Order: sequence, then C-alpha cells, then structure tokens
Amino acid sequence: MENGIIRIRDARKSFGRVEALRGIDLEIAKGEVALIIGPSGSGKSTLLRCVNRLEHLDSGEIWVGDDCVTSPRANIRKIREEAGMVFQNFNLFPHLTAGQNIALSPVIVLKEDRTDANARARELLARVGLADKEDSYPEELSGGQQQRVAIARALAMKPKIMLFDEPTSALDPEMIKEVLDVMLDLAKEGMTMMVVSHEMGFARAAADRVVFMDEGRIVESGPPDELFANPREERTRSFLNHIL
Amino acid sequence: MSDQAKAGRRKASSPSAARAPSGLTINVTDGTLIPGSGEKSILSAWNIAFFGALAAIIILPIVSPQPYLEVLAFVPDGLAATFTVTVVSIFFALILGLLAGMGRVAKAKPINLAATVYVEVVRGIPLLVQLFYIYYALGPLLHLKGPASAIAAMSICYGAYMGEIFRAGIQSIPKGQMEAALALGMSRTQALWRIILPQTVKIILPPIGNEFIALLKDSSLVSILAISDLLRRGREYASVSFKFLEAYTIVALIYLIMTLFFSRLVGVMETRLRTHGKRHH
Repeated sequence: MENGIIRIRDARKSFGRVEALRGIDLEIAKGEVALIIGPSGSGKSTLLRCVNRLEHLDSGEIWVGDDCVTSPRANIRKIREEAGMVFQNFNLFPHLTAGQNIALSPVIVLKEDRTDANARARELLARVGLADKEDSYPEELSGGQQQRVAIARALAMKPKIMLFDEPTSALDPEMIKEVLDVMLDLAKEGMTMMVVSHEMGFARAAADRVVFMDEGRIVESGPPDELFANPREERTRSFLNHIL
Repeated sequence: MSDQAKAGRRKASSPSAARAPSGLTINVTDGTLIPGSGEKSILSAWNIAFFGALAAIIILPIVSPQPYLEVLAFVPDGLAATFTVTVVSIFFALILGLLAGMGRVAKAKPINLAATVYVEVVRGIPLLVQLFYIYYALGPLLHLKGPASAIAAMSICYGAYMGEIFRAGIQSIPKGQMEAALALGMSRTQALWRIILPQTVKIILPPIGNEFIALLKDSSLVSILAISDLLRRGREYASVSFKFLEAYTIVALIYLIMTLFFSRLVGVMETRLRTHGKRHH
C-alpha cells in the first residue's frame, strides 16, 4: 500500500500535558474503508480531525493524495474540498434549508452556477432518501435525516475521501440504520472512507480494515472478521469484550 | 428540538453571559426593564409608568396650558435633533461594532489587539469626557463641525459596546458551525459572513435594541455641547421663563414615554424571535 491516498507518518499531538497522539503511522488506500475503533480518549477523533487540519499536528506528516496537509504552505482549502467530513453532531447550518445547506459551498467555494448546484443538491437529497426535504430546515428533521443531509452536503463538494467522526453516536437507535445504509452505499461505490465509529455491523458489512487505537497509539489493525474473531493483543480483546 | 438548539436559545437571551465559566451569572444593566409577555410584574409596572406619563403629558397642558402647552410647543425641534443624533449614531456604532466584534474574534494578532484596545480604551472613559474630548479637543483639529463631532463621539463610544455584543453573539454560535464551514472548503471570512453572522443576528437584536434605548437617553449629554436637542430646548425655555419645574417635567416625560415605548418594542421583538426565530417563512 505504498500509494495510499491518505498517508500518516509518525503523527504526534498533545493538548497541554495530555498526549493525544503518540506516533501514528497509517496508510489508507484509494477505495479502502477503514474503521477506527478504540476507547474514548484514545485519540481516534483527533487523528481524523488532523487529516483535514481542524487540528494541527505537533510533529509528523499527513498526506492526502499529492498534498501535504501538515506543510505550512499547504493549500488547506483545496485539501478540505477533497476531504468531505461528517460530524457527530451533524453541524448543519440551522438558518439554511436542507437544499441550501448542500448547495452553498459548491456555489461560493467551487463557484458553480447556482441553478446547477441546486439541481445537484436535489439529486444528492434523493440519493440519501430525502427527496421531499429540500425546503425543510434542520430543526424540522430527525437526527437521522439531519445526518443524511450532512453526508449529502459533504458529497456536494465531490470529495475524493470522506471522513466520518462518530456519525451515529448522537442518534437514537432506530435512526442509526438509515445513516449506515447511506454510508454502505457510498462504500460500495468505491469511496475512500476513514470512519471513527463503533458500529460493528457496519464494520463487518463494509470495512476493509479495522484499526484499534488506545492511548494515542495503534494497537493493532486487520480485516474486521479476523480482528474481531482473533485479536492478537490482550488490550484489543478486553475492549472488544466490552462493546461486542 | 435538539439540545444544541435549546442551548442556542438559552444563550439568546443573554449573550454577554455566554462565556461565563460557571453556571451562576448575574445580569444587571443600567438599561430599562424589557417587558416580555411572561413577566407580569414588569409588564404592569410598564403599564403604570407608560400610561401615567402619557396621561400626565396630555392632562397637564389642558389643566394649565400657560407654561405646559408653551413648553410642549417649544421643544419639538429639539426632539428632532435628539432623534437625528440617536439614529445616525446608532448607524455608525453598528458599523464600528461589527468591525470591533469581528476584530475581537479574529485569529490575526494585530487586528485582535487593535480591536481589544479600542474597546478597553473607550469603555474606560466616561461618555461625557469623550464628548468633550472629541468636540473641543479633536473637533477643531479634524475640522469637524458641532453636530458631526457629537455624532462621531457617540458612535465611537457605542461602537465599543456594540463590539462586545457582536463578539458575544459570534462566540455563542457553537464551534461546530465554523468547523463544518471550514471542512467544506470555505475561508474563515466566507464562514463568518455566510454561516456565523446570519445566525448571530437573531441573538444580538434584543441587546442592540437595548443599546438604542441607552443611546437615546445618553444623547441628552450632547445638550452640553452647542446642539439644540430635547434637553437643551427645555433648558432654553426654563432659563428665559424661570419655569424650571414645568419645563423639566415635560422634558422628563417625553424621554420617559420614548424609552418605555422602545423598550416595549424590544420586548415584543424578543418574544417574536423566541417563538418564530427558527422559521424563515
């Protein structure tokens, strides 16, 4: 996997005296779906947020495609266009309708024609099963619907990779499936995905690899069936016992 | 409604308290009480004060027209000056406040510092001293005419207070909003104009209404300069007729009616924003 589309080398990051990342090396190939699991505070969300530089690494390098994210000369806005992100709390813009949420950044960032962007927003809403919600405001939508709009909003930038930061943790159980189904479709279409989540069902159905992190390090990683059935490390085993 | 929306709404009523470290905040302002529909005691106090003042200003001239009706006829052009100073000052104060508020949350150190120094300096000097300073000291230097320098002083002073309102409003928007906008490839400036500020408007409208009322009252300070506002017209009448009680009674009643009227307006606006604020139809 020398040509990984996401390449992370010796990533280190501290918040004050807390070391969130203590030397992470990780490559994710084009089209790969990598699920990152681990106890809270293990640094998995921080790692994800460093990929599009919502957090800055203290040392180490992260590359997305041909761009070095961690370089001070990086064109970070271009990298962010190529890396769609989905948040735990959706972060939809409450003053805009679902359609406007999706069409805004293609218009103001990619300078797309407004009519085209609106048409594409409708297309994307249909794709996530919300064709009739174009004119709804976020507060009128359920959590699951909001998260699907958020995925559509990220897809509107035609990203090369998608970052998911615990996309189902804020959802009621009955809404989790509708979001995972959209993510599953995306995985099947060949999208490169880096997902911080504990959804084992999704891992089994869509993940090529599961990465287990603890205390700022990668403990082990492997295909989901293997890792879940025969974890090599004791730490992984005890964690899996808790969540499976 | 999501927790996030609830939190946003709670903050909406007191943006200045948004960053308080603990749960306990005491909000005391020198502004008028803003009667909302829920607060019966404030509302009845408002009714007594407003209709009492209205009755007084109608009945007094009827009962004894000699001084009162004369005063009432004498002050209207002062009222116009008061309004002009207030409205023009609030306009420029809003522009200055927006700049100061954006400067206070800016990442760039020099801009941030400049905005903070402006706010701190202005807030540390009494408005009357600022008025004197700009009117008598800077005015001749900058070739500002009387009313213009009075308006400049009021704008600069209230711009600093407005800046703090804008800052609190901007900071009350959840961090995730900026992050989501940045993650979509927007610049910080785009995110601020397209995502953050539109959400801020609803939160800061009520405190801005309060500032308007405060400025309306403080505009009486310009009467000390050579501007014929409401208070100065009253004083002019009193100094000629020696009817101090009657002249200042009318002036006080007019101020009271205006501030009570506007505070009720702000109250209604606040309630509206609270109930329909999230809809845009």
